Amino acid sequence: MTATSALTPGELRDLRLEIEDFLYLEADLLDERRYDEWLELLADDIRYFMPIRRNVPQGEQHRENTVPRTEMSWFDEGKPTLALRVRQIATGSHWCEEPFSRVSHLVTNVRLAEVGETEVTVHCRFLVYRNRLEDEVSFFIGRRTDTLRRAAGSWQIARREIILDQNVLLAKNLTTFF
Amino acid sequence: MGEEAAIVVRDQHRKVHVFLNSCRHRGNRVCRYDEGNTSLFTCSFHGWTYDLEGQVAALPFHDGGYNALPKGQWGLHEARCTVFEGSIWACWDESAPSFVEYLGGCELYLSGFLASIDGTPGGAEVLGGVQKWRLPANWKVPCPDTDRTHGWITHKSVMEVRIGPSGEGRRDRSDRGKSYTVNFPHGHTMSMSLPKAEAEPYRDSWAQTPIVREYLEHAYHERKKRMGALASVDSSPAIFPNMGTQYYQPWVVRIMHPQGPTMTEIWTYFFVDRQAPQEVKEIVKDYYSRYTGPAGMTQQDDMENWHWSTAGSKGTISRRLPYNYTLFLDEEPEPGPETFGLPGNFSNIMSDENHRVYYQRWAEFMAARSWDDLMHRPVK
Repeated sequence: MTATSALTPGELRDLRLEIEDFLYLEADLLDERRYDEWLELLADDIRYFMPIRRNVPQGEQHRENTVPRTEMSWFDEGKPTLALRVRQIATGSHWCEEPFSRVSHLVTNVRLAEVGETEVTVHCRFLVYRNRLEDEVSFFIGRRTDTLRRAAGSWQIARREIILDQNVLLAKNLTTFF
Repeated sequence: MGEEAAIVVRDQHRKVHVFLNSCRHRGNRVCRYDEGNTSLFTCSFHGWTYDLEGQVAALPFHDGGYNALPKGQWGLHEARCTVFEGSIWACWDESAPSFVEYLGGCELYLSGFLASIDGTPGGAEVLGGVQKWRLPANWKVPCPDTDRTHGWITHKSVMEVRIGPSGEGRRDRSDRGKSYTVNFPHGHTMSMSLPKAEAEPYRDSWAQTPIVREYLEHAYHERKKRMGALASVDSSPAIFPNMGTQYYQPWVVRIMHPQGPTMTEIWTYFFVDRQAPQEVKEIVKDYYSRYTGPAGMTQQDDMENWHWSTAGSKGTISRRLPYNYTLFLDEEPEPGPETFGLPGNFSNIMSDENHRVYYQRWAEFMAARSWDDLMHRPVK
């Protein structure tokens, strides 16, 4: 927690619980395939980023993750592309999500990293379990850094950095949201 | 390279080497990083150490016991390697023909693929970040990738939601010459369009981001000066057996690394024009990202189909049944040199001819005892 916060320990705990609730609601929307409602949780200027992870020597960790914009990543996009993905799933002919996969998002280790006037930066871990057709299983495990913005009595996700703990992606595709 | 880990290095004399990443002592990997700089590779098991030319540089803690060892014979195992217009190609077989001989006529098109939009040779720049992922499919299923009959159904959903650079379909329409599937005697396959002097391939492109179209049109103007009638030829050669490409929309090289018969590790390298402004590179990168790779809205559905083509072919009964590659079987390919003054055998763009040639070539490799058996086909 940075010193920018003027909140008391009790207020911070309440804020963390409020944000946990928000993140769990988001996970439910995704796992219940309520993608249009999920999109409403995203700020119009969201950056949604998942780098590729490299094996680099200790001391060179600054090169471990690909960087936004100038390098290729798994995801480096904004809301318009995320909305296209939602619409694609809804076509019924996006074969890798037809029929739907069964997905569970587990969100844990929620910690407030920075509390500002309008934005809060939150660290968490995710475990996304995807089960598809008869017996296809993928696990995606890693860390997330979310910047949440206060918006009309609730929160919007203004930035999401997804650090997947894989080098070679051990799944044939990334059809689920993180 | 397949299931073998390889190290690509540039030595102090700027010569490129490709080594097997396996210590000659007990086989451990001598390099454990994806990329970086070093002057030596030291094995973490017993410390055998190699220089950038693969030679043994040090054998620590051997108490004189290796004094008679002919160190020159215990360097890292080196692949033959060719640098072709900035791209590096390696082969473990010392008796194999030269790389250009192996290309057997498609070097013209590979060269075009690797050039800048303005035609500067070797102007393709690889973006940092290689996408690597596992696909539970036989590695041949995604090769060759000249398949004009799958898009309407495989990619129905992206056509509906419109992911193209101009907000339509999945690609921009491109004013070029008539398209053909083209193959070469040594199993390489591609699609291309014939030269068309008045072609304006980028005129109707990138409607949402005119800065990209303006760059492409400017570069294409230069290309015409440099290449003349060949400027409008777009080719994406798939080099036999396991390398595939797409040209410009998106611009990628894909290597299908076999991991046994039913698992493939695909590596995709993404290209931008070295000379393009940074903003243009970033806009085209965004398009590549939503188009291809495991998160690509188009290729995700290819992967679903490739996966289940393999899974659906594994059973005892399904293995008795042939696949069908008969599309336009009765149409004789046109010999490019005679008909168009260009290398390659040309067939209808919808034809299965490339698949027929690819699998015929595969059968020849399986039956061959030496390169003499394989390099007999005339190259024009």
